[in-house]
Amino acid sequence: MIAFIVRRLVQAALVMLAVAFIAFAMFNFVGDPVAIIAGQDLPAEQRIQLRKDLGLDDPMPVRFARFVGNAVQGNFGLSYRTTQPVGGMIAERLPATLELSFVAALFALFAGIPMGVFAGLYPNSWISRLMMTVSLIGVSLPTFLIGILLIYIFAVLLGWLPSFGRGEVIRLGFWSTGLLTLDGLKAIILPAITLGLFQLTLIMRLVRAEMLEVLRTDYIKFARARGLSNRAVHFGHALKNTMVPVITITGLQLGAIIAFAIITETVFSWPGVGLLFLQSVLYADIPVMSTYLVMIGLVFVVINLIVDMLYFVVDPRLRAQGARAGGAK
Amino acid sequence: MGSPKLLEVRNLRVEFPTRRGTLVAVDDVSLEIAAGEVLGVVGESGAGKSMTGAAIIGLLEPPGRIAAGEILLEGRRIDNLPYSEMRRIRGRQIGAIFQDPLTSLNPLYRVGDQLIETILTHLPMSHADARRRAVQLLADVGIPSPEERVDHYPHQFSGGMRQRVVIALALAAEPKLIIADEPTTALDVSIQAQIITLLKRLCREHGTAVMLVTHDMGVIAETADRVAVMYAGRIAEIGPVQDVIKTPHHPYTSGLMGAIPSMTHKHERLTQIDGSMPRLNAIPQGCAFNPRCPKVFDRCRVERPEPMPAGSSEVACWLVKEGAHV
Amino acid sequence: MMSRLAETWRRAADSDIWWSFTRSKLVMLSALITVVFFVAAYGAPLIAPHNPFDLASLNLADGFKPPVWVDGGEANFLLGTDDQGRDILSTIMYGSRTSLSVGFLAVIFAMVLGITLGLVAGYMGGAVDAFIMRVADVQLSFPAILIAMLVDGVTRGLLGADKHSEAAITVLVVSIGLSYWVQYARTVRGSVLVEKNKEYVQAARVIGLPGPLIAIRHVLPNVMGPVLVIATINLALAVITEATLSFLGVGLPPTQPSLGTLINTGQQYLLSGEWWITIFPGAALAILVLSVNLLGDWLRDALNPRLR
Repeated sequence: MIAFIVRRLVQAALVMLAVAFIAFAMFNFVGDPVAIIAGQDLPAEQRIQLRKDLGLDDPMPVRFARFVGNAVQGNFGLSYRTTQPVGGMIAERLPATLELSFVAALFALFAGIPMGVFAGLYPNSWISRLMMTVSLIGVSLPTFLIGILLIYIFAVLLGWLPSFGRGEVIRLGFWSTGLLTLDGLKAIILPAITLGLFQLTLIMRLVRAEMLEVLRTDYIKFARARGLSNRAVHFGHALKNTMVPVITITGLQLGAIIAFAIITETVFSWPGVGLLFLQSVLYADIPVMSTYLVMIGLVFVVINLIVDMLYFVVDPRLRAQGARAGGAK
Repeated sequence: MGSPKLLEVRNLRVEFPTRRGTLVAVDDVSLEIAAGEVLGVVGESGAGKSMTGAAIIGLLEPPGRIAAGEILLEGRRIDNLPYSEMRRIRGRQIGAIFQDPLTSLNPLYRVGDQLIETILTHLPMSHADARRRAVQLLADVGIPSPEERVDHYPHQFSGGMRQRVVIALALAAEPKLIIADEPTTALDVSIQAQIITLLKRLCREHGTAVMLVTHDMGVIAETADRVAVMYAGRIAEIGPVQDVIKTPHHPYTSGLMGAIPSMTHKHERLTQIDGSMPRLNAIPQGCAFNPRCPKVFDRCRVERPEPMPAGSSEVACWLVKEGAHV
Repeated sequence: MMSRLAETWRRAADSDIWWSFTRSKLVMLSALITVVFFVAAYGAPLIAPHNPFDLASLNLADGFKPPVWVDGGEANFLLGTDDQGRDILSTIMYGSRTSLSVGFLAVIFAMVLGITLGLVAGYMGGAVDAFIMRVADVQLSFPAILIAMLVDGVTRGLLGADKHSEAAITVLVVSIGLSYWVQYARTVRGSVLVEKNKEYVQAARVIGLPGPLIAIRHVLPNVMGPVLVIATINLALAVITEATLSFLGVGLPPTQPSLGTLINTGQQYLLSGEWWITIFPGAALAILVLSVNLLGDWLRDALNPRLR
């Protein structure tokens, strides 16, 4: 078990290093930091001096090491656009994105899994067919279109919910939350549905497919032959076996939610890191882009680690394998 | 066979509707099993033997369905029971063992939990008693240190050991009949005999009847009391195992035996049956075996033979009517 | 000759694919819609009622006309007009052309890249294989839209805003293509690994045929089915990705409008009630993607029910 965790941690660190290298490369090969910091008019000698002061003449490994060292301390440099520290800009906007993603993920999981189980158990019922058809439409509708439609229906036509912003937020130390005010809760409904809907359809279709697959296996047939009740077969045997692949994909999907928040935040003018990232892409604001990349990379690595740990809990075969062979998948 | 009939299958017909027409997987099959008796069912793959077994425990996979005939357990019809009633029969009255022990056990549950779950489903018992029974069952099927093994997961057992667990599961609620569908095919040759011996011993001790589905005539010869030979969804010959082996009446049975004492020509002994069984969508007119039959004559190509008495057996072959001996 | 043709036709008509095609009305409808889109998109200069990009023909007095069945609508502008008096139906047709072109080019780019890398990984094995597949793993965990935006932002930084705008289509094709190569590579690599150990490949090697040639001759035909399925579903994804990027303003400039750009420019009028400017391009996009997705789903099931 410990060997397995250590192995996974090393892998995670390697992935993070690779991501950091891409971020570093973006810094280094796109744009001239000297020109951006000091403007184009600087005399040549001062320019060279500034290059030296900034450490840009050092060999690449040294610069990369410095980059990683700074990043670990939360120092990602200054934004080209606002000349503020990038770390602070992101930290300020992170709570908005995390709250939105969290609510969207809960929505996707708690609606998607039961719907998928139902559609898998009763594939021929009209409800299942309806859910499958609607889900296909859901997969085909781009997120931004869903957002626009929801705004049109619930904000413009019905006037029930706000069409943009976070509503009223409360500051709790460094964290600003919109989940504690009625206004803030109303504001998060439409964005969260927009963001979660695509994941919901994916999770539902996946759970259904896995459920159908598992129901065809020999051990399910044998469980029936032993006379177990439908409930025991479906919710005991089938569901538990469905969970292994579902955990993997769902984990990755939840990571994707934070990245997909870019679109939702744009549609709803939600003041999160996604909107910040979009603005930085439009201004070619490399420090913000590379920091965002590192942040998303970190989210994925952490989620992957959690998924691997969950495997251990669910699948006894992996536990044995992990103890023996260090858990190679 | 003086003992009362435990299971009776009458004119069973199993159909699979497909887009190119309906396939008849089991056609007009009738057989009986007495209490405590071992009936071997033998035939090539696709002959309908597994399908017959699945129909009896009510686990035909859709779109397969029973199109005609009836199945009676101790005189009571069970083929038309609703799912909730049929499931009380499965495991309690009729147990099942499937081909592949590696896939028959749920990998995420301890074998003990699977046993206890089966016991508690059918028998009024406390959890502690069920667990004691589970350990006892594992001991009965020859698993060493069962107290410890009861808490292990299936992947911690070898293939042969897993099939022993499967047998323990099938016997957990003391069924009167076990349908064993190719119980040893997936196992090592060296282990096959052990499993068959175990199954035979346990069923004798518990007085359990067995329907042993296999393509291995050798296993049947050693184990079964009676044998049914199936071909293309029908029973070609059914009778006491010694009689069928010594004096097969159906040319297909003779072919299956490989070496038959009554055959005089040496080269015929070792000859395999030419060709292969027809696909279910292309069963020939008349006797399904006629294109491959060495003794075929005109009537075989036109009219389908029904099972008719021949000695102690029943045989579906016109040769019997003609009085000829195979 | 005729009889052979007839025989081929009879067998095609009898095949499982054709059967499953004719069995589902939904699939046939999807195919019809897809064809209609193609004709409307690529025939736009010939059949569109107006040329919305001919500035001379635009009249601001025609602006904000609602669809024909709403009060104030004109038969001349079936689905209404936008702020500048452009006919929505025509802009949709021209926009679909841009969207479909970007989609196709991106899919081809991803396909060529993925198949090549898959062949290389499968045949070389060892460190090369490990490296390519690791990159694939890592990339797969990043959403396509994020990769495409990063590529876009980096090229914007490299080229500057003006040149970036000129090269928009190329940038878009490359950034979308780069995000979708992994599936092709995995499929092809898997197939190479299976074929590699078959006897005829070994034999071909022994008699001195070069490895890459064997790969192309034997592996490619085997993977055509799965690759076609992936490509169809990818086309839908690429169209969505393009629309999303254009919607976010990092895709195509307003001078080369795609469906996404149209939806984006129309969105601002949604709150003031001119819903048709954004809803119709949105519906067109959704119907196109849905049809292609349905075709892809059907193709996957028809070619190989076990493929997932």
